[in-house]
Amino acid sequence: MNIVTKSSFVLGHRHLLGIEGLSRAEILGLLDLSEEFVELNRQIEKKTTSLRGRTLINLFFEASTRTQASFELAGKRLGADVMNMSVSSSSIRKGETLVDTAVTLNAMHPDIIVVRHHASGAVELLAQKVDCSVINAGDGSHEHPTQALLDALTIRRRKGDIERLTVAICGDILHSRVARSNIILLNTLGARVRVVAPSTLLPSGIERMGVEVTRDMREGLAGTDIVMMLRLQRERMNGSFVPSTQEYFAYYGLDTKKLAYAKPDALVMHPGPMNRGVEIDSIVADGAQSLIREQVEMGVAVRMAVLEALSRNLPNA
Amino acid sequence: MLSDRRPILLANARIVDPSRDLDFPGDLLIADGVIRDAKRGIGAAGVPEGTEIVDCRGNIVAPGLVDMRAFVGEPGAEHRETLSSASQAAAAGGVTTIISQPDTTPAIDDPAVVDFVQRRARDTAIVHIHPMAALTKGLKGEELAEIGLLKAAGAVAFTDGARSVVNAQVMRRALVYARDFEALIVHHTEDPDLVGEGVMNEGEFAARLGLIGVPNAAETIMLERDLRLVAATEGRYHAASLTCAESLEVLRRAKETGLAVSASASINHLTLNEIDIGPYRTFFKMAPPLRAEDDRKALVAALAEGLIDVVMSDHNPQDVEVKRLPFAEAASGAIGIETMLTAGLRLVHSGELKLTALLKAMSTRPAELIGLPGGTLRSGAAADVVVIDPDVPWVLDRNELKSKCRNTPFDEARLQGRTLRTIVAGRTVYEYV
Repeated sequence: MNIVTKSSFVLGHRHLLGIEGLSRAEILGLLDLSEEFVELNRQIEKKTTSLRGRTLINLFFEASTRTQASFELAGKRLGADVMNMSVSSSSIRKGETLVDTAVTLNAMHPDIIVVRHHASGAVELLAQKVDCSVINAGDGSHEHPTQALLDALTIRRRKGDIERLTVAICGDILHSRVARSNIILLNTLGARVRVVAPSTLLPSGIERMGVEVTRDMREGLAGTDIVMMLRLQRERMNGSFVPSTQEYFAYYGLDTKKLAYAKPDALVMHPGPMNRGVEIDSIVADGAQSLIREQVEMGVAVRMAVLEALSRNLPNA
Repeated sequence: MLSDRRPILLANARIVDPSRDLDFPGDLLIADGVIRDAKRGIGAAGVPEGTEIVDCRGNIVAPGLVDMRAFVGEPGAEHRETLSSASQAAAAGGVTTIISQPDTTPAIDDPAVVDFVQRRARDTAIVHIHPMAALTKGLKGEELAEIGLLKAAGAVAFTDGARSVVNAQVMRRALVYARDFEALIVHHTEDPDLVGEGVMNEGEFAARLGLIGVPNAAETIMLERDLRLVAATEGRYHAASLTCAESLEVLRRAKETGLAVSASASINHLTLNEIDIGPYRTFFKMAPPLRAEDDRKALVAALAEGLIDVVMSDHNPQDVEVKRLPFAEAASGAIGIETMLTAGLRLVHSGELKLTALLKAMSTRPAELIGLPGGTLRSGAAADVVVIDPDVPWVLDRNELKSKCRNTPFDEARLQGRTLRTIVAGRTVYEYV
């Protein structure tokens, strides 16, 4: 069966390295295309052929379960041959540099490489050295564009439109690529964005990225439509950035009491994996206002849309 | 390339001598390795037989530049830079004296290494090279190096190079001890704890790039501490590389109270800012980091009024293996000895700085602080002289640079002004053709 998507959207870039640089029209085009894949993914026959014959490499320098699985499924459902490479089995452990890895993989003629790396800017560096398309699946604290797109898709399906919504992004803004991509995307689509975090987890100058900044959850959540929680990495919990998980949960953990500051129909999101009892209470995470499982579903559709849109630019396409 | 030591007449020149605030049209005669005279109308008639006569066509004749901070890889990292290759780059940039840093392998913390560097420089380099020696053994910031013996061996100042002495007690003792030898202490003022994992200036651009920032306070706190210690010890102190406006206020207060303190700024921090990093360009990764434009402007203003004494290159050759990496993992540093003058002329052309102020900070002041001859065109001074065309436009191609490394932040930069001829001790060691 050969399902043809109705949208003929083409992304005017060879790579997807970040939300920065995407226009409103491009973001909306990707979201519209994603909608079609949401429908497809709910059918029994989920496979299309638009990437048949294409090779997709998932190159993950940092451990990931859901993002890697999501890209793998997306690639396979579009008919691509998908190869997963993770750091534990790659030669980077043997001292090979990122650029050498890029050059080596490039010689194997992949069509698309999906890259996650622990250093900001690493994906861009790799993209400079290859002939194929590159998708950023998260680079350091910089960007994670497909996460922001899937968040936007999730919000739009529930709220109809993103413009004029108030979104609070809460937690470790300093180290979060999810926060940066979301701030840029939500601003581009006309939402009002707040960030809520203790000052040690707020990058200096963040207010110049077009957000309202507050250190108080009550103030930050007041009147919000969407509450986006961020993961707090384990190594940052005990004294280096916040004194303890208990104190962090007391002031910044999302429980029913704090959620009550938001609008009654506010929705809760989290990019996962969650630290239950640290940044989010289980009752909220599993509650009626939570979109967390829906985000995962949207993730596959968005990644299919991104792969599809980029592949329409590939040579001989 | 090395010409013999017959006399040279630099005729029809614009003589600029920042040591005497002179700027006039005239001729300059060099013989026996010293400046004989610099005045109007010496002319071909007034020179000894066999004199090489160079028509300068109105271009500038100035004292050769003294670069107070350059990292050279010899000994230990000759693949990055040797004393010879550094000197070739220096000559092409109008630098006649390099003050090399002790961050070598082994570190220059032993009189024998000072001796080695001096002998290698004598045998292989085409400009003068004088080493600074380590302030503490192994640059570890723990035990004092042999300041007396190192100075006697020829070390011109004492520094832990690109490292800061964290222990205030060690710094205090170093200042007190060095005072007995009238030795100058040069200090890199960055608190390593406040730098932490920081890789660029803290602020909006670091936030956008997802990179950890280095706060201005990392520099200011260390500088403040040092200057309080200087006040208590009356030592001689030079801040190696200041970058932000807050530091300048700290420095100003110390100078106003009459302390023997001085400071450098690197050509990078005077002509570039954090935005130049753009999409993670590692050739712009430096320590201390490139700062905000307001800081750069403050630095230039401080240079113009003489609060900043010295402009240095902070020449730091790094090869592609350590630069072609993700930004946070890449090495810091940029080469600069060959481009220091031409980059500095940007400030003159933009009207931010007077030519004499630039040349003074690149020659007269560092020579005075280090206690070397040079930095002047007085009769009888050593003939370390540079001929500069201040206006010629050109585009920098990093593959044409003399350094062994290519990590210049000025690749493909549109520049104006260049070195035409460099003379060291009366010999022409570089000529632009």
